[in-house]
Amino acid sequence: MLFPILGIIAGILLGLFLPVNISAAYAPYLSIAILASLDSVLGGARANMEKNFDINIFMSGFISNSMVAAGLAYIGDLLGVPIYLAAIFVFGSRIFNNIAIIRRYFISSFQRNKRQP
Amino acid sequence: MKLRGQIAISLICVILGLMISLQFRSVQNGGGAVTVQRVEELTAQLKQLESENINLKSQVTQLQNKLDVYETSSSQTNTIVSSLKEQLEEVNILAGLTDVQGPGIIVTLNDSKQEIQPGEDPSLFLIHDDDLLKVLNELRAAGAEAISLNEQRIVATTEIRCVGPTVNVNSVRFAPPYVFKAIGDPNTLEAALMLKGGVADTLRYWGIEISIKKADKIVLPGYSGTLNFKYATPVKEGAK
Repeated sequence: MLFPILGIIAGILLGLFLPVNISAAYAPYLSIAILASLDSVLGGARANMEKNFDINIFMSGFISNSMVAAGLAYIGDLLGVPIYLAAIFVFGSRIFNNIAIIRRYFISSFQRNKRQP
Repeated sequence: MKLRGQIAISLICVILGLMISLQFRSVQNGGGAVTVQRVEELTAQLKQLESENINLKSQVTQLQNKLDVYETSSSQTNTIVSSLKEQLEEVNILAGLTDVQGPGIIVTLNDSKQEIQPGEDPSLFLIHDDDLLKVLNELRAAGAEAISLNEQRIVATTEIRCVGPTVNVNSVRFAPPYVFKAIGDPNTLEAALMLKGGVADTLRYWGIEISIKKADKIVLPGYSGTLNFKYATPVKEGAK
């Protein structure tokens, strides 16, 4: 639990001080990338709690999801149609789904703890 | 096994944080939409520059007056200079730098007051830069010797160009009505514009109001700006 939080903080600090600028034209791509990684992190956390976390599934999922989403955004750019909204929609609903499951897991473990002593 | 999973999640977290802060920074840098504040800032700057411009223009007229004084004083003492001065006057008229007067016509153009039927393009009923250029071209073809548009003398460097809803002439903005004054043979000039199927006919088809008035005496102002030649230099005879 501690490492991921440290990771986010390290990433934010790195981004604030890196001399890299991203032009506004790539905002759709970046939004998808942020959602994809958020989805992966929450999915990983959920799998961790359900005790069926597999690093291969986790990493391959992150990479393939990002690539498909970026490909969709690129095709959408070429056609002038915001296809990347599909990726945003899917990632968004999955994030909420994962948060719901994590929340349930926390609540149930909390209640179990209360009952035990 | 557990540790490797933690490290993998942390790695993705680093990427996540990196992207969030990069996006945040690019939005802060004005990569986002133009804000109202920025627009107001630019408008204020524009106003300031315009007032500076007016000040500079008054300076130009002051300096030109001084120059005139020097010219007249020197011509009194020297006959060669006086002949040169005559030549200079001719050239000045050609270049449009001095006020001139003579017979000619006054052409007034105004936007259409026709009611626009649904489905019709409203921009067809407005005066555009190309309409003004057509009128100007016709006047020149008919032998106009000096032309002004809204008291701005048309010289070699004059532009007539749409800037949003207004038209720039000699870098001064104008809105309708547009008034052309042209010195030349009034009858020829009028006939040139009133040709069947000519400029006036075409413009009237769209309901644009165009009135042509002949006058015995028109005074045209000289070009008030400065002529700076930064790139063009005369070619010396035989030095090709």
